Amino acid sequence: MQLDFNEERIKEMEVAPSLRPFSEKAVEFLSELSTQLFKVARPYPDVVAFAYWCRKAALVSYAEKYKDSCNRLGRGLIFHIAPSNVPVNFAFSLAAGLLAGNKNVVRLPGKDSVQAELICGAIEKTFEKYPDMYRYAYPIRYDKASGYTDILSRYCNVRVIWGGDDTIREIRRSEIPARAFDITFADRFSFCVIQSDDYMALEDKRSVASGFYNDTYLSDQNACTSPHIVFWTGKSVEKARDIFWKELQALADERYELQAVQAVGKLDAFCMAAMKQKCRICGERGKDNLIKNNLVRVELSELDKSIRAYRYHSGFFFEYRMRVLTDMLALCEEKCQTISYVGNIGREIEKIVAEAGVNGVDRIVPVGRAMDFSLVWDGYDLIRTMSRIVART
Amino acid sequence: MMDDFFQYEPYSLNKTEKRGLLSPRIRELTAAHYKNCEEYRDILDAMGFRMEEGTEYDEIPFLPVSLFKKVPLKSIPDEDVFKVMTSSGTTGQAVSRIFLDRETSFLQQKVLAKIFSSFTGASRMPLLIIDCPSVIKDRTMFSARGAGILGFSIFGTKRIFALNDDMTLNMHAVREFAEKYQGQSVLLFGFTFIIWQHFYRELRKLPAGTLDLSNGILIHGGGWKKLASENISTEMFKKALLDTCGINSVHDYYGMAEQTGCIYMECEHGHLHASIFSDIITRRTEDFSKCDVGEKGILQVVSSIPQSYPGHSLLTEDEGVILGEDDCPCGRKGKYFKVFGRLKNAEIRGCSDTYAVRF
Repeated sequence: MQLDFNEERIKEMEVAPSLRPFSEKAVEFLSELSTQLFKVARPYPDVVAFAYWCRKAALVSYAEKYKDSCNRLGRGLIFHIAPSNVPVNFAFSLAAGLLAGNKNVVRLPGKDSVQAELICGAIEKTFEKYPDMYRYAYPIRYDKASGYTDILSRYCNVRVIWGGDDTIREIRRSEIPARAFDITFADRFSFCVIQSDDYMALEDKRSVASGFYNDTYLSDQNACTSPHIVFWTGKSVEKARDIFWKELQALADERYELQAVQAVGKLDAFCMAAMKQKCRICGERGKDNLIKNNLVRVELSELDKSIRAYRYHSGFFFEYRMRVLTDMLALCEEKCQTISYVGNIGREIEKIVAEAGVNGVDRIVPVGRAMDFSLVWDGYDLIRTMSRIVART
Repeated sequence: MMDDFFQYEPYSLNKTEKRGLLSPRIRELTAAHYKNCEEYRDILDAMGFRMEEGTEYDEIPFLPVSLFKKVPLKSIPDEDVFKVMTSSGTTGQAVSRIFLDRETSFLQQKVLAKIFSSFTGASRMPLLIIDCPSVIKDRTMFSARGAGILGFSIFGTKRIFALNDDMTLNMHAVREFAEKYQGQSVLLFGFTFIIWQHFYRELRKLPAGTLDLSNGILIHGGGWKKLASENISTEMFKKALLDTCGINSVHDYYGMAEQTGCIYMECEHGHLHASIFSDIITRRTEDFSKCDVGEKGILQVVSSIPQSYPGHSLLTEDEGVILGEDDCPCGRKGKYFKVFGRLKNAEIRGCSDTYAVRF
């Protein structure tokens, strides 16, 4: 696959017409891409997830929700800056841009990944069947020092920046045209709420652990959607906690490879937290109730939103026993993105959040779904944001 | 209690004897820091740690060395702060701040002298410092580089700086030093990378035999990170110095600003040695349990010195391996080990990571 910077290709893209949201062209292209990917994606659950997400039937169902968008048109050329280490994120961003009716240049992370290679290979194959789409999808990889970010920024109508506050600051040094704008995905923070009685009533505890594992460890607990705090509620907290963490420990032992630097980093994070807030590490060193570094838990005896600053990744969790469900509001400020939950409390959480009118919380999802990509992300409706209304009166 | 240590030679105690000496001292320090340093107390409480009468030095919690870069940690009132030492971080990096009172500072010097003289013989010698004079000028706020040099300076009957303040080689001073002490034992001290960059590389340009320091003992430390990145090995380093100025006694040492004084010297067999004043423990990534001899792990350092700050038991960011205990062919008792350098940086996934630093 040709990932090199090619200004001629950009110029060809520039003159290609924008499309309606969920245009036949885009839908056909993506569903063919999905077919291609299913042939090769099997060993990579994240690639499979993407292939599944853009299969024909799924696309048609998304389109249903945008039926009223027939007066819309893509905004033009979208320049996506994909995050460095969620390997398949670039594909979702590209797909959203296509479905909104745009031409897309997607900068891949500097570090190569098998997933990116597979997807780019499949895109290439799909071009064989839909050659015109060559002007609508351009995955690109270049050296950050090359200055291409400046050039691409000059061409774009919308710039989509994933990758956190530092990346956003860095990319914003490159100017975009007056009418263009940035869609930014800044550093966010997420947590999980477990209703202990509901949890205890569940037959299949392993699948809860597995869902939680996918929300956290699968992305080194470093995705914006990965919970860093587990809030407990209900009457069976002690029992539920015990089982929940044991199940998770078993999965972490089986699947997660921890490196020394991460073990040391967790100790540092714990010490920092301990100096600022009353807390207690769960388990003991060198005893039966051993602390294993692949799953470090710190129980907070009081809750302060400053705790966010002491979070760490790779399996490091704060936990807090709530007296009332509204205790969680302390952490629902602007930085808060996803609340995942176990039990029949989704609606209640939604209500609490809405009534408190907090600045944060863009998503409320059952455990295991935190990483699911959706066309509404971080509070943005990606289709509507990346398209414009052509009003006729 | 510290006096007990000075009755012994630094490498004279076996495992059991050393434990008997070090454990009570580490317990004493732990109790004192728990009492006098609020942050330390918070951490130990959060760990649920309770010290018992027989708690051994390797059962005491360790703080990650990175904490000293983030928070001021001290166990003495402000008015007792005699000096604040900083680690020699590269530009832009956070540096450790180590608060010393007179006694801790004194102990650092005394222990360093004890360890050092056991390698070089008790008598002092003319000292060539391979660094520039300005590095030790400001005494109230000084770097580990300066501290190291000051520490070693006491072993010099005369001290000469080999570099000018702009880090160029002061060839005149170096030649005068070599000629003046021709035939006598002399000491050379400096930081590994500085020796390589500003001393060896300059000397190399001169014709062979220009400088004769064959009676010199070179002590160097500060880590191999920069040299390793240029693919320069210990052997190459030693050979380079032998070839350019005839030095054949070269000793590396391992140590850190956070535990100044307790250095780990390299013996004639190329092994780093723990003295009775401190110890080295290797820990497993999995659960921080102790590694076996020969098993690679994260290095923990325990020191009997730090009284003014809670740095007596620290988890480093280095990785190494204990090669043996009490049985190094050089005859020194205690553990001997090898350091591999910094822990490898993990490739962390996730969307909010360190992407920007690679722009």
